[in-house]
Amino acid sequence: MEGLWHTLADPLRFAFMQRALLVAVAIGILCAVVGSYLLVQSLALLGDALSHSLLPGLAIAYMLGLNLFVGAFVAGVLSALLIQWIRSATPLKPDAAMGIVFSAFFALGILLITLIQRRARIDLNHFLFGNLLGVSAADVLTVVGITVLVLGLVALFFKELTFYSFDPLGAKAAGLPTAELGWGLMALTSLTLVASMKAVGVLLVLAMLITPPATAYLLVPRLHQVMLLGSLFGVGASLLGMYASYYLNVASGPAIVLVASAWFGLAFLGKVLFRPG
Amino acid sequence: MKKPAVSLPLRPASLVVRDLTVRYGKLLALERISAEIRPGRITGILGPNGAGKSTLLKALLGLVPKEGGEVRYGGQVLRGEQVAYVPQRSAIDWSFPATVWDVVLMGQVRAAGWLRRIGPQGRERAAQALERVGMGAYRDRPIGRLSGGQQQRVFLARALAQEAEIYALDEPFAGIDQPSEAIVFQVLRELADAGHIVMVVHHDLGQALAHFDEVLLLNRVLIAQGSPQQVLQPQVLQRAYGRILPLDLAA
Repeated sequence: MEGLWHTLADPLRFAFMQRALLVAVAIGILCAVVGSYLLVQSLALLGDALSHSLLPGLAIAYMLGLNLFVGAFVAGVLSALLIQWIRSATPLKPDAAMGIVFSAFFALGILLITLIQRRARIDLNHFLFGNLLGVSAADVLTVVGITVLVLGLVALFFKELTFYSFDPLGAKAAGLPTAELGWGLMALTSLTLVASMKAVGVLLVLAMLITPPATAYLLVPRLHQVMLLGSLFGVGASLLGMYASYYLNVASGPAIVLVASAWFGLAFLGKVLFRPG
Repeated sequence: MKKPAVSLPLRPASLVVRDLTVRYGKLLALERISAEIRPGRITGILGPNGAGKSTLLKALLGLVPKEGGEVRYGGQVLRGEQVAYVPQRSAIDWSFPATVWDVVLMGQVRAAGWLRRIGPQGRERAAQALERVGMGAYRDRPIGRLSGGQQQRVFLARALAQEAEIYALDEPFAGIDQPSEAIVFQVLRELADAGHIVMVVHHDLGQALAHFDEVLLLNRVLIAQGSPQQVLQPQVLQRAYGRILPLDLAA
């Protein structure tokens, strides 16, 4: 027991591990709450599209010496707008519009970062797979700030966002501004992705949005319960992933995602094996 | 600023539609529909598949863009809080993580207002609405574990909780059991008797005769409006359906 305590507590003597801890807890909760809305609206693919689209924003912000988070957020919002534009102006299905936009954005991002790498030392892998142990104090401030902001907005507009997610037409008929709610949700998703990219990386962040809420969805019947239990799974995954990253010297993103997937696997097996009746 | 618990008597206003035209891309879904839908009666919107019945209901409520024409309620543009809309059951994802109670409470979201919780009064109204459709015992049941008829009654309860002036239901009787159907018809009758506008998109012509006071027969254009006895005549129906229907009106 004491050995376990040392295993968990000793690394936290280091400032970089304390910063990692804060970010891990923040994104565990944030991703599960926002991801719950994506899950129930069947918008997992959109989350994936937006996350890949962050990359060129990161690269351009780096080239211009701007804040990376702002650059990534702008790119995320731009890609959402572009997807919506293609959908509304052509008969293409949403998945095709998303596939076209996110692969184009992602390709541009990779290209730009490769160009940057010729002049400066910048590790592409950190953006793709996350580097939780390398977050700076400024990163922590941004991530915690975004988390407080997004969770606050979800709490304030929970009943409207939930009505809209469940029955957009009914919500519109009742006089709710459904277009604004939809865009608001996209903006919250973009913010969440931006906050998570340093820890999990743009390639794998989708797993943090979808897997913990999906695990909770197998176990509890109401949306706010999915969010709460999903947060617990999310935080558990990001903390265990953080320690795996520390002790095994592996990228944090894959480690976190594998733990989250293990939770899901257990819940899924439990559901299949112990199904009543 | 709280509303009184007992709803005020409705001013008897009609929903007046003039030259309503709706287009989906190149497809003309509705062409120059003009009609008056009066309060105090159950109005059925009937017609063949693809006639634009659901589209008409949505266009009346401003849920799809109009290409032309106008809709007025008591001379004014319709406002969201005046309307309770029940979508087709097939348009809803019933695996959504919500209980019966969660769904009925949605009927009070608009009334509670932004940044406010639904208060005790709103909860009381939602509970009464649930009792009224005979679903009080199912409060904590996940909506995915209800029968079709129970799901429809929960949505009707949500509409009742909205305390609207106009009730618009899209195919509420599709695939539901006999007891649920009876309850839904009874509640709609009570709403009409209380002076509300009640509009129902429906596919069963035989039932229309028994339950509707007024019928709009539609096939992209308005074929006929009147009492079911007037409208559901073979020669009128032929203009909507393009053929003589083997309709057993005595049923």
